[in-house]
Amino acid sequence: MTRLTRRQLLSASAAAGAASIVGLDVASAQAAWPARPVTVICPWGAGGGTDATARIVAAILEKNLGQPFNVVNRTGGSGVVGHAAIASAPADGYTIGMITVEITMMHHQGLTELNPTSYAPLALMNEDPPGVQVNSASPYKSVKELADAIKAAPHGKLKASGTGQGGIWHLALVGWLTAMGLKPDHVAWVPSNGAAPAVQDLAAGGLDIVTCSVPEAKAMIDAGKVKSLAVMASERNPAFKDVPTLKEAASIDYTVGAWRGIAGPKGLPKEIADKLTAELKKANESKEFHEFMSNRGFGVKWADAAGFASFMAEGDAKMKTAMTAAGLAKKA
Amino acid sequence: MLSTLAEAFRLVAAPDVLLAILLSSIYGLVVGSLPGLSATMATALLVPVTFYLSPIAAVATIIAASAMAIFSGDIPGCLLRIPGTPASAAYTDEAYAMTRKGEPELALGICLWFSAIGGIIGTLSLILLAPPLAEMALNFSTFEYFWLALLGLMCATMVARSNPVKAIASMLLGLLVSCVGIDNPAGTPRFTFGSTDLLGGIEVIPALVGVFALAEVMRSMTEPEPPKMPRRKFGSLLKGMWKLTREYPWPQLRGNVVGIIIGVLPGAGADMAAWVSYSMSKRFSKTPSKFGTGHPEGLIEAGASNNASLASGWVPSLLFGIPGDTITAIAIGVLYMKGLNPGPSLFTEKASSMYALYIIFIIANIIMIPLGIVMIRLASKLLSAPRSAIMPVIVLLCGVGSFATGNNLFLVVTVATFGVIGYVMERNGYPVAAMVLGIVMGTMVEQSFVTSLIKSDGSIWPFFSRPVAAILAFLTIAAVLWPVAYWAWGMARQAKMATQRG
Repeated sequence: MTRLTRRQLLSASAAAGAASIVGLDVASAQAAWPARPVTVICPWGAGGGTDATARIVAAILEKNLGQPFNVVNRTGGSGVVGHAAIASAPADGYTIGMITVEITMMHHQGLTELNPTSYAPLALMNEDPPGVQVNSASPYKSVKELADAIKAAPHGKLKASGTGQGGIWHLALVGWLTAMGLKPDHVAWVPSNGAAPAVQDLAAGGLDIVTCSVPEAKAMIDAGKVKSLAVMASERNPAFKDVPTLKEAASIDYTVGAWRGIAGPKGLPKEIADKLTAELKKANESKEFHEFMSNRGFGVKWADAAGFASFMAEGDAKMKTAMTAAGLAKKA
Repeated sequence: MLSTLAEAFRLVAAPDVLLAILLSSIYGLVVGSLPGLSATMATALLVPVTFYLSPIAAVATIIAASAMAIFSGDIPGCLLRIPGTPASAAYTDEAYAMTRKGEPELALGICLWFSAIGGIIGTLSLILLAPPLAEMALNFSTFEYFWLALLGLMCATMVARSNPVKAIASMLLGLLVSCVGIDNPAGTPRFTFGSTDLLGGIEVIPALVGVFALAEVMRSMTEPEPPKMPRRKFGSLLKGMWKLTREYPWPQLRGNVVGIIIGVLPGAGADMAAWVSYSMSKRFSKTPSKFGTGHPEGLIEAGASNNASLASGWVPSLLFGIPGDTITAIAIGVLYMKGLNPGPSLFTEKASSMYALYIIFIIANIIMIPLGIVMIRLASKLLSAPRSAIMPVIVLLCGVGSFATGNNLFLVVTVATFGVIGYVMERNGYPVAAMVLGIVMGTMVEQSFVTSLIKSDGSIWPFFSRPVAAILAFLTIAAVLWPVAYWAWGMARQAKMATQRG
C-alpha cells in the first residue's frame, strides 16, 4: 500500500522520473556490479539524523544504479554493533554502511578495537560543526566576551552541556578550552541526553553554555530564547551567516565537527570502490541531496576515499588529544 | 483567521492526505496491536515513506499512526494480558481482570472511547494553550524532573495488587536493570561484562515483551487451560460508554489534565502519564479495594491520560523543536525535512499548516472509533481460539518483533531472558509491572539527580528552594509518608480501642 503512494508521487515529479530512467540505462550498459540489491548498514536507530542521511544517500544511489539499496538499522551497543557489522561484512560490494564520528572516539575509550583504519573509506558526506550557544538574556555579546568571562571565572563555576559525558560536543568544549590554555574541566560538563534537553535547560537558565551544532538550537534561536555566538569551523555556515567562526571572533584556530560518511569493509575490490566513490560524488553534488540536507539543517561536506581517510586520521588524533585531556581515554 | 482555517481544510481535504491518514491509521492499529511492536517503532518505520509524501500528508501519517498504535496497544493487554506498549502496562492487569469476568467488550470499549476523548481534549489543549503550556515546560529544569521521576516510581506500590514490599523489590530490580550500559551520566560502561551488546543497555520494549508476553506463554504451558468462557456474541462496544462518562466525570477530567501536563514535559510522555493517572485514580477513589478486580474507574483515568499526553507532547516539539517523547522526536525530523521547521514562526507564518495539523489530530481521534471497533472485533476472535494455536504465534511475534527493532539477535536474547525472569517473579508474587516501571524511570531518576548535583556544585538545596521543585518534593514526600502515617494512626486507634474495651 505504501509502495503505491510512493510510486504515484515519484512519477508525479517529472524530473525524478526522467532521472531514474536515464540512470537505469546507464547502469545496464555498465559493468556487472551491482547485479543484486545492496545493503546499507546504519549503526543508529530508525528515525534519527544518521538514519535519514543514510536513507537519502541510498535513495539516490538506487535511482542512479538501478538496484535497490536497502538501509538496515543495526543498532545496539551505542553504535558499536552496527559499526562492527560494516567492518566484518563480506567485501563484495553488496554490504556498505554509514560510519559516524564515534568511530574516531570509541576505541580510545577501550569500547571496541575498531578504528578508522578498519574500513575501506568511500566518501565523506556530511559534517556539522558545533556552535557556542548562550541564553539570550546572558550578558555576553560575542564569543570573545564569553571567553574572557570563562577565563575570569573560577574553576568549575560555569556549566556547559550538549550531549552525554565524552560525547562529540563535550570533546568540542574540551578542545576549545585546551586551545585557550585552560584546563579541560574549567567549565564543568553537565551530561545530557542529547542536544534538545540541553538547549531547553539553557533556555530555562540552568546552564551557561551549550556546544551543540547551530541547527540543533535553531528553533530556540528563532524563539528568541537562545543565541549563537560562534561556530568551531573554518568557515561560516551559509544558513547562519551572522554567526562568525571562532577564528574570526576570538582568534582561536580550533575546528571540530560531527560527521557522517560511507565506508565498506576492508578489502573492497578497487573497481567497485572507485565506482561507489564516483556515484557518491554525484549524489553529494545533486540538488536532491543538498535540498534534503539543508531542510534537516545538516551541513554537506565532500571528501573522496583518500580525502576521507586522511580526514578521519586527523580527527582521530584530535579526539585522542581531547579525550586524554578530559581523562576519558583508556590508559594503555 | 477564517481564510486560514478554510485553507487548512483545503490542505487536509487533498486526496493524498486523506488516503495517508486512512492507510497509516490501519497500519498503526495493526502494528500497535501486535505484542512486541511498539508505537515508537510503528512511527520510525514510517519515516522512509514520508520522504515521498507532501508535507501535510507526511506529518499526517505520523500523527495518525502513533495515535492508533497507542490505543491498539491496549487490545492484547485486555485479551491476553500482554500489553502492547509500556503505557498500557500500567493497567493491563485491570483490563484483563475485566475480560476474565466476562466483560471484554466493556474493557475494550473503555480503552477505545476514553482514548479517543482523551486525544481530542489533548488536541484542544494544543490548539488553545500551546504557548503558555510551552512556557511552563521551559521552567522545568533537572531539579523538577528528578522529583517527577521519583513520583513516577512511587506509583509502583499503588498499581500492584500484591504485597507493597514485593512491589518495591521488583521496582528496585527494574532500577538495577536500567543501570546497565554506557548511557549514564559518567559515560562509563556498567555491568556490561565486556559485552558489546550490553553497552547500549537493556531496552524497555524487549524487556516488557519478555516479562509479559513470553512469561504468559510459559505460564500457559504449566497451567491447565482455564475454563472456556461461555460462547456468546461479542456485545456492543460503545454500549454504556456514555453512562460511564457521566458516572466518572472527575477521574476522566483528572486523567486528561494530568496527561496534558505530563505530555508537555519533554522526556516524560505517555508511559509516565498512564502510570501516574492510574495510581492517582486509586488514591482518590471511593472504592480503592475494587481496583485490580476489573473496575472501570482506573482504566478510564489512565486511558484518557495516555492519549491526552500524546497530543500535548507536540507542544514543545512544535514551538521549540524539543521532543516530548520518542514519537515526537521522530516527528521533528520529519517536520524539518518537509520545511515545516519547528519554532514560533510555524504558528504565524505557516498558520494554515498548523491548523491543518490540528484538524488531522481531531480526524485521527474520530476515525479511531469506527476503525478501532473493527480491529477489536477481529481481535476478539482470539478469545475463542484454542490456546495451543495462539501461544506459538505470540512466541513468533515476540522474536520477530524484537529482532526488527534493531536487526540485532541480542534483542531476541533479551526477550527470552526477561521471559524467564518474569515467569519466576510472577510465580512468587512479585509484580512484573513494577519492574517495567523501574526500567522506564531509572535512567531519568539517575540522570536528573546527577546532573542537578553537578549544576548546583553538590548542593541539594535547589531541590527544595525552586518553587515548582518544592511543590513536587512535597507531593513525593507526602506520597511516601502518607501510608506510614495512616498505618500508625490505625495502630494507635486500635490500641486505644483495646484499652477502652479493657
